[in-house]
Amino acid sequence: MSAVEIRGVGKTFGRGAGVVEALQNINLSIETGEFVSLIGPSGCGKSTLLRLVGDLLAPSTGTLTVGGKTPHAAREDRDYGMVFQKATLLDWRTVRRNVELPLEIMGIDGEERQSRAAEMLALVGLSEFAGHYPWQLSGGMQQRVAIARALSFEPSLLLMDEPFGALDEMTREAMQDELLRIWERTKRTVIFVTHSIPEAVFLSQRVAVMSRRPGRISRVVDVGLPYPRDEDTREDQGFYDKITEVREALREHE
Amino acid sequence: MTSEPHDRDVLTAFEGDLPGTVTPSALRRRIKRYLPALVLAFLVLVAWEVLVRVFNVQEFILAKPSEIYATFLDEFDTVVEAGWTTLREAVLGLVLGTLFGVLAALATARWSGIREGVMPFAVAANSIPILALAPIANQWFGLTSLTAKAAVVAVIVFFPVMINTVRGLTEVDAGELELMRALAAPPRDVVTRVRLPNALPYFFSALKVAAALAVIGAIVAEYFGGRTASLGFYITQQAGAFKFAEAWSGIIVGSVLGIAIYAFVLGLERWAMPWHVSLRAADDR
Ligand SMILES: Nc1ncnc2c1ncn2[C@@H]1O[C@H](COP(=O)(O)OP(=O)(O)OP(=O)(O)O)[C@@H](O)[C@H]1O
Ligand SMILES: [Mg+2]
Repeated sequence: MSAVEIRGVGKTFGRGAGVVEALQNINLSIETGEFVSLIGPSGCGKSTLLRLVGDLLAPSTGTLTVGGKTPHAAREDRDYGMVFQKATLLDWRTVRRNVELPLEIMGIDGEERQSRAAEMLALVGLSEFAGHYPWQLSGGMQQRVAIARALSFEPSLLLMDEPFGALDEMTREAMQDELLRIWERTKRTVIFVTHSIPEAVFLSQRVAVMSRRPGRISRVVDVGLPYPRDEDTREDQGFYDKITEVREALREHE
Repeated sequence: MTSEPHDRDVLTAFEGDLPGTVTPSALRRRIKRYLPALVLAFLVLVAWEVLVRVFNVQEFILAKPSEIYATFLDEFDTVVEAGWTTLREAVLGLVLGTLFGVLAALATARWSGIREGVMPFAVAANSIPILALAPIANQWFGLTSLTAKAAVVAVIVFFPVMINTVRGLTEVDAGELELMRALAAPPRDVVTRVRLPNALPYFFSALKVAAALAVIGAIVAEYFGGRTASLGFYITQQAGAFKFAEAWSGIIVGSVLGIAIYAFVLGLERWAMPWHVSLRAADDR
């Protein structure tokens, strides 16, 4: 069964003179356990597409299913964890309690919550900052807290909107390695939005290349490099070839 | 309040103190911060004293600080008793006005129909001189009843508290609401975990204004008549008899009350919003 099925989906914002056709005729089928990246120029509708999958927006045309259910049912069942483009931490909660937020809403008891939050914070390397407030963290650290929060309740689908956008190159690569480790261990489905071609190629099994106005998927590139991927992958000729392929696909449709 | 990190905050985050702790360095910084104000107050008093002496200003026009101080000590029991009445009126009014203001805000924020009907009215009501109601309240509740003054104070406090709390409950970051929706949070969780904490800074900024207004409101309401032992009555009586040193003694007590209530609210704010303390400390500097 496919984890996410997108059929003929379009999304139009506004009406009259201010109408914006953000997405047009999107078709994409993502297998359970698959890692797929969305890449495309700013404003091509990547965030919008994630919101449609997460039932945070309703499509204007077409249909979506998430794990065979409607996006609404999937959201109600908390089947997905979302990492937004903006970290969106609650200012009044410490880092630890921000990570615990989904667990609190799900009614999981205190001790279990704390141990899971501690585990997630260790995973993103922020154990020492558990008692800090968001404003005491840098932008990149805030984004890592948001990732820990999305992972905390172990959803089967991860929707990640440029989660590493605010990180420096070194931390970024470390987080990519970490994300792949988590993915290989737990075999979750991941839809990953990024602006970085090497990042998309390094992480994904498939890269969906999008073009702008209206947003469409112009090409889907099969990466086909073996996992586990590591430092050697980053220096592999096959890696560079795929980067070139994605770059050309992006340029073709500009 | 935004979730954007301020560079300055991030820079000072790790060298400073964690919220709620007072280290010796923090204490020293605090003293340093208030020192200019204390020095200024002292200089003003000295200048006042000197000018009155040099220009030989008559006592019934402007009293000297030294004289006011001596009178204050003489009149201590009287002004403190008067102050006690005024304090009770102000606090009762502040508590009632805040309570009803918050309840009204919760109802108003909850139902957008009510909000659209009520908010323009509340904003308009907030700009009318409610103190003008004092003579009417005196007739309703009796000239010497605490309730008459507390009622006026409560109405004065009600509107800013209500308006600001409604804003705090409704002006919530869209991203935070989207996050709660993604987590399929029930409406109750959205209120308790996002809207209420979001409203706290708005509520407290209104409460700080209201705290100052409460004492002013109580004293001015007493100007229209009230108990003999009340600050407003005492001040008008003494000033009417050209006993300015006595009148000033009453004003001193009124100032102390205003500052005390304000300081209490400030302490309450710090206690209720531990996440906010250091942020504000950084802003103040
Ligand atoms: N809520 C909205 N109302 C109106 N228009 C919107 C809304 N959300 C997005 N759009 C429009 O839809 C288009 C796609 O926006 P979207 O945020 O999905 O782009 P994106 O690919 O995520 O861009 P970026 O890489 O800059 O994050 C843009 O033209 C944007 O103006
Ligand atoms: Mg986006």
